[in-house]
Parts: sequence; C-alpha cells; structure tokens
Amino acid sequence: MSRITDMTDTHNWSGQKLVTADHMLFDAPREKHFMTGSEVLKEAIKRCTVDASVSYPITPQSEAAHLIGELWAEGYVGTYFRGENEFGVMSEVAGCAMAGARTVTTTSGPGTLRAMENFPQWSGTRIPCQLVLMARGINSPLTIQPDNLEVSFMLETGCMIWYAENVQELFDMSIAAFIVAEKPDVHVPIVTVVDGFFVSHTRESVMLPADDIALFPYEPYKSPLPPIDSETPPGRFLRDPFVMKSNYISYATHASWQWEVRSAVERSRPYAEHFLNGLVHTTGNEDATIAFVTCGTASHQAKEAQRDLEKQGIKTKVIKLRTIRPFPTKELLAALDGVTDVFVPEFNVVGWLEKEVKTALYNKHSAAIVGGPRVAGGMSMPSEAIQKEVFEHINGKGA
Amino acid sequence: MANQGPAYYSPYPAAVYEGVITPPEGKALLLETVVDEEVAMREIAKVMLTKENATIFPGPQVLYGYNEEAKKKATLIKEMAEVLNAKMIPMYDYRPKYPKIDAEVEINPNHPNLTIWHNNIKAAIFIGVHCHYANVALKMVRCETDCYTVAICGLSGHEDAMATLRDQHSSELEKFIKIAREVKSELKL
Repeated sequence: MSRITDMTDTHNWSGQKLVTADHMLFDAPREKHFMTGSEVLKEAIKRCTVDASVSYPITPQSEAAHLIGELWAEGYVGTYFRGENEFGVMSEVAGCAMAGARTVTTTSGPGTLRAMENFPQWSGTRIPCQLVLMARGINSPLTIQPDNLEVSFMLETGCMIWYAENVQELFDMSIAAFIVAEKPDVHVPIVTVVDGFFVSHTRESVMLPADDIALFPYEPYKSPLPPIDSETPPGRFLRDPFVMKSNYISYATHASWQWEVRSAVERSRPYAEHFLNGLVHTTGNEDATIAFVTCGTASHQAKEAQRDLEKQGIKTKVIKLRTIRPFPTKELLAALDGVTDVFVPEFNVVGWLEKEVKTALYNKHSAAIVGGPRVAGGMSMPSEAIQKEVFEHINGKGA
Repeated sequence: MANQGPAYYSPYPAAVYEGVITPPEGKALLLETVVDEEVAMREIAKVMLTKENATIFPGPQVLYGYNEEAKKKATLIKEMAEVLNAKMIPMYDYRPKYPKIDAEVEINPNHPNLTIWHNNIKAAIFIGVHCHYANVALKMVRCETDCYTVAICGLSGHEDAMATLRDQHSSELEKFIKIAREVKSELKL
C-alpha cells in the first residue's frame, strides 16, 4: 500500500520520477496507444501522484472508478475506498481534499444529481478536487447513451467546468485540471466532462508519455483556507463554520464569499489558456460566415458536417469551447468575427449550451443563433442532421 | 461613516469582474495597473507613512511560530511596523465573532469593517492571512470603507486590495523595509 512517507524530493511513493505539468504535457516524449476513455483516465491518474480516490462504481456508464481502484492495488494511488452512495462519495471526497489530499472521483448521470448538494459545498470550501463527469443524461427511463443534461445542473455550482472532445483531450485535460485547480489563487474544484459512451467506451489512438513520470504532489499548505491540521495554526479538526446568522454582517460575509468563489474561477483563465492552448479551438474555413459552436463530441460531429458542407461549396467553421466555466466569452467573440449564422448542436434536450452562447453574445454580436440539432441522447448526431439544420435555416423554411 | 467603495454596501463588482486579476510572477498590482515590485513597494510605503492610523493586520500564518520562516517573518513585521509608524491589530483566527468582537484589539475576516470603522483606519496591510479569508475581507473593506488596503502575500497576490505584492517571503520583506526607510527619509518623517 502506498505511503506518503515513501516520498522523496525526486520520486513519489510508487517510484515515479516527479516532473512539472509543463514537462508532462508539452515536453515528455509520447508513444501511441489504443485505449478507451476509461482506460486513458486510468493512465492519466497513474501519472498524477493522486493521494485519494473515492468511488461508487455501480454505474454501467464507465469503468473509470473501478480502474482507479486497480491503480491503488498497484500502488499508484495513496488510498481508495467506496462510498455508501453517490452523496457519500462526494462528501468523502470533500473530507479527503480538506485534509490536504489530491483527490479524484468519477460519476455520471443520476448519481451526479444524487450528490448535488456537495458540489457548491466543494467550491465554497475551496477544495481543488477533480470530478471526471462521464455524462450520460439523467432522465427516466434511464439511459447510458451520450446525453449530457447533467452538465446543465453543474453550471452554477462554483466549480470550474472543462469539456474534452475525445480520449486524447481527456488524458491531457485531466492532468492539467489538477494543476490549475490547485493554483493558490484559483483553488476551486474542477469538473472534467466527457460525453459518456462515445468517449468512455470508444477505443481511439492516443499519445501518452511514459508511465515512469508523475506530477509533483499537491501542496496543501498553499491552500487559501487552512487544511485540516491540528498542528498548524489556526489548528482545526474542522473548517471554520460558515456564517448562518440572519443579520447584516452575515449578509456581507455571504455575499463576499460567493463573489470570491466566482472570482477564483475567473482567475483560472490564464492558467487554462496555457495548459489547454486556448479556451476555444477553431477548425474549418477561417473566413466562413456560418459557425458551429460546440463542446464535447458534438464538436467531432460538427467537424464532419463542416467537411461535408465544404464539398457542397458551403464554407463553415467549428468553434469548440474547451472551458464552460469560466465561459470563454472574449475568445468566442473573436472567433465569431465575420460570422452571420451560429448553430449550436447538442446531445441534450434542453439546449443548455445554446442558452450559454446566447447569454454570452447578447448585445455583443449580431449573428443569428440557432439552437440545434438537439438529439436528446438515445441516438448519434449524424452529419446529415446538422446539415439539415443549416439548410432549413438558410432556406428560411423547412428543407 | 466611510463609504468610498465602488458599490457601497455590496462587494460587487469584485475586482475580477472589472477585469483585474492577480499580477503575474515578478510583478505587483497598484489599483488596476501591473507594475514592477519596487514601484509598488515605494507607493505602499508612501501611503502607509502618510495616511491616518496606518495599521498592519498580521494573520495566523505569521502570528504562530510553527516554522522558522513564520518566526522570521514575524520579527520583520514588527520592524516594518516601527519603520512605517503603524499600529498592529492581529487577525488570530477566522471564526465570526460578531457582535462580541473587541475592535480595539482584533480584526476578523467576516466583519473587518468593524475594526476599520472603530479605529478610523485609512491604510492597512494584510499579511499572513490565508488567501480566501484575505479576499473575503478585502472585498468587504473595498466596498464599505475608504481604507487603502495593501495585501503582502506569500503566494499569488490579491486583486481586491488597492496594492498587492506577491511571492513575499522574508527576503522580500527585508527589501520592503529597506525601501520604506528610504521613503520615510525622503518624506522627512
């Protein structure tokens, strides 16, 4: 079993050489592998000197939590245990992180909602844990198809939200996520989202650095709140209590505290810019007047539609949002320069990304914004469905 | 009662929402402007030496001798207070104490304005306060008082202070004290 006392200045408890995130993500040589999203998440966690992971691995959505458990058995993860349910898991994640542990868990779908109360509590206590959300929808009858409705419930929790398109992005993002979340002026939880099934279960080519290197450990004494440590002032077995009195003073604290959590998310921008190589990625025809604004695997489908439309002489481009919180308004506006028509294809039924895009562009950009297509999980999003949306809009009537 | 903050009784807009974030490594912030550390140090010294009832608020990270760096910093902060002719009011811990706080002898991050109002403090340095509590306090002070706030931070700095220095360890505190002595001499104080 792993022990923190086995750490040295140069190597972690499992004997991996400690390296910076820049070395891990940009400089270390990589080799090609063929893996599912769940498997590649295991490989990412293996290289992150993770102190603790808590799981409730009943979901059929992904094997990720189970595979992180294997890492514990292999000596790469400090401690690993199962919660009694999803609420318990997220509460235990909070406890681990408050005590100074680099902590990760995974969830998806209804489990996310069962644990919901914990997420704003995580951000309010400024813990830098990572939740890998392999989105699968929350509706009944249950689905394991690639819906992503639960992301809409996470938007206002005060957590950062990043969205990976594919297996490669999941690997790189989930490593960078720890580093950005742990920056002292950020230090809020991070939710790394992928669309379940497409990414969690699909095997893709992925470039990985060697597994004999790992990130330097988390430094809890740089936390913006004191970690739970009775030896370090102000010594605590619990965090200082939140203010619950109903008076003017508690209002001021409550208000300031909330703005501080949101400010912390905003402070992540320059770090995310560096590690993600920009908060948005644009592909396709740079001078196109039609743009798809997407995240996750909808980006992949939109790129296919972009190529198909180009063959028909219609120029388009795909603007993939890599962060949802903070929302990349400035970068989106720059990418939309010259665009007259925006389409927002989504896998969910409510169109939460369309609402985000409309909010960001309101009174700032004159493009028409079309929410669709929305396939509401349960099916793929073929290029033809996206093209149909474009033709219907351009023709101004039904196709 | 002082009320020169941008939004009076609300901490919104927080500085981040006005486009100001923590300074990059090696730099400092003066209001909205990123400046060299030494420029900020000179301005901070000038403000502390010329405003009424300048006060240093040391937090738990320098009040308790839990490692050698903390002890060294504490000694330097005492020297800093002497050079700046500043009072010291400590922030021992972070538990809310309203309505029982003794504003003469203590400041608390959940109601820092009480201490600033009571003691009529026009300039203050926060040092050794954990970053979250410093930010919660600084937002309230910014909106509810006319106190010029300075955050001397061992980590990334604080954009809600009017002036902030980042990555400040004992060697940087020694540099600040040296600059403060020069400014004091220039001002003939």
